[in-house]
Amino acid sequence: MKIYLDNASTTKMSDAALAAMTSALKEDYANPSSLHSMGQRMKELLETARNDVAERLGALPSEIYFTSGGSESDNQAIISVAKSALKTGKKTIITTAFEHHAVLHTLEKLESEGFTVKYLPVGKTGNVSAEQVAAAIDEDTCLVSVMAANNEIGSLLPIKEIGAVCKDKRVPFHTDAVQAVGHVKINVNKQNIDLLSLSAHKFHGPKGIGALYARRGVRLKSLIEGGAQERGKRAGTENLPAILGMAAALKEETSNIEANAKKITAMRDKLIKGLSTIPHSVLNGDTKNRLPGNVHFCFEGIEGESLLLLLDSYGIEASSGSACTSGSLDPSHVLLAIGHPHEIAHGSLRLTISRYNTDEEIEQTIPAVKKVVERLRNMSPVWRDKVNGVKPFLLP
Amino acid sequence: MALYSEKVMDHFKNPRNVGTIDNADGVGEVGNAKCGDIMKIYLKIDDDIITDVKFETFGCGSAIASSSMATELIKGKPLKDALELTNKAVAEALDGLPAYKMHCSVLAEQAIKRAIIDYYEKNGIPYDKEAYADREDDET
Repeated sequence: MKIYLDNASTTKMSDAALAAMTSALKEDYANPSSLHSMGQRMKELLETARNDVAERLGALPSEIYFTSGGSESDNQAIISVAKSALKTGKKTIITTAFEHHAVLHTLEKLESEGFTVKYLPVGKTGNVSAEQVAAAIDEDTCLVSVMAANNEIGSLLPIKEIGAVCKDKRVPFHTDAVQAVGHVKINVNKQNIDLLSLSAHKFHGPKGIGALYARRGVRLKSLIEGGAQERGKRAGTENLPAILGMAAALKEETSNIEANAKKITAMRDKLIKGLSTIPHSVLNGDTKNRLPGNVHFCFEGIEGESLLLLLDSYGIEASSGSACTSGSLDPSHVLLAIGHPHEIAHGSLRLTISRYNTDEEIEQTIPAVKKVVERLRNMSPVWRDKVNGVKPFLLP
Repeated sequence: MALYSEKVMDHFKNPRNVGTIDNADGVGEVGNAKCGDIMKIYLKIDDDIITDVKFETFGCGSAIASSSMATELIKGKPLKDALELTNKAVAEALDGLPAYKMHCSVLAEQAIKRAIIDYYEKNGIPYDKEAYADREDDET
């Protein structure tokens, strides 16, 4: 028996996405740039997919660029705006301390090229306010990049309000919406978004495909040269099977977004309630404004990798922001950003739910996590010191 | 390839010698919670023989497996042998560790040495301080 609770890492493909891909892989294999009739039919399929993606985001088809995924979209969005700003001399970018590394590492690169980056603190709850963004914007600001939902702790950020501030101050607003699209409602106009990154495999589409929305008037720079695809902004033969799979997945998920969110939120709250009974633990992230499928805890006295490996032996597939899972010794920057000391940040567990999970799976997961936490605590010298009063407990 | 060898997984899932020893003759603790690894070794020593050994570990799978294997390797052995135990021997006995996890085996070696030093110091037994200096471990 396997219980897959790592849906923020990637999701199982839906039947709709798989069917759309399979026909393109089997029969519709021509190059959309070819002039023969099969090629032209592929071009039509490509543009239909673009229309579908645009429609689901409230965008124009000409504002959608297909990319290899969220990381590429983030890179292209940020680099494009920054490079365009060179003409104006504005060199400050505003972001948050807990963005995905696709954003943070791109910004670090720009910092080394002379840009200034302001990292807004995310507080204990793990969120930022539009007021924080407004206060940070000044005459030198060329871009605001704030994620729509945090990939580790699941906080939903007030992007509509942040977008309104940016619109008012005439600063381009990019949002990394990789965790949000397909799970919470997104409309680029209603939410005042100028650039948006999305990735298909986070909403039951295929891996290796994503899109960048760039509002008309935003000048994109190509990161990949060599062809006129995507209106000259992204060279390379289009990955049509994946694009069709993504469009099918997005259509399906956005059509059922409310019903899915309701079902997933109920499982999430059940899981949170069950795990909250573990003493000396904390639920991370915004408790109110939270992704429907995100459960993220820190357990005092234990380390995340061993927690994951033992859960795996119970058939539960989860993830952690633990340092040991990533090959570095530093724990997650997200957990440090919300103010956890290293010791607590090491003991993290992320369980992320999709519509393919069931109530029974959640019911089996709760006692398994409890058992594993208890077992690891019983062999932890840190835990013993706390129980014996040698060291203080850090979590209630 | 799996992250860990079958032996690592076996020692992680079924760790040998977990626990504490009341009135242990030597106790050694290394690592720190900030880095995510703490190992504590308890020794019972009779006539220079390690008659019992227990460990507690806060850390990742390879840290738990390294402690478990290290205790197996020194149980019932003379102190002299325990002192010669290297982190490489621990890692080899586990059929290898990923390169970035080798520091876990270093912690196991250090924890045992600390426990033996503790025993020597408690009992006023002279020992060569130079030989017991912690090895350089750039990762912890």
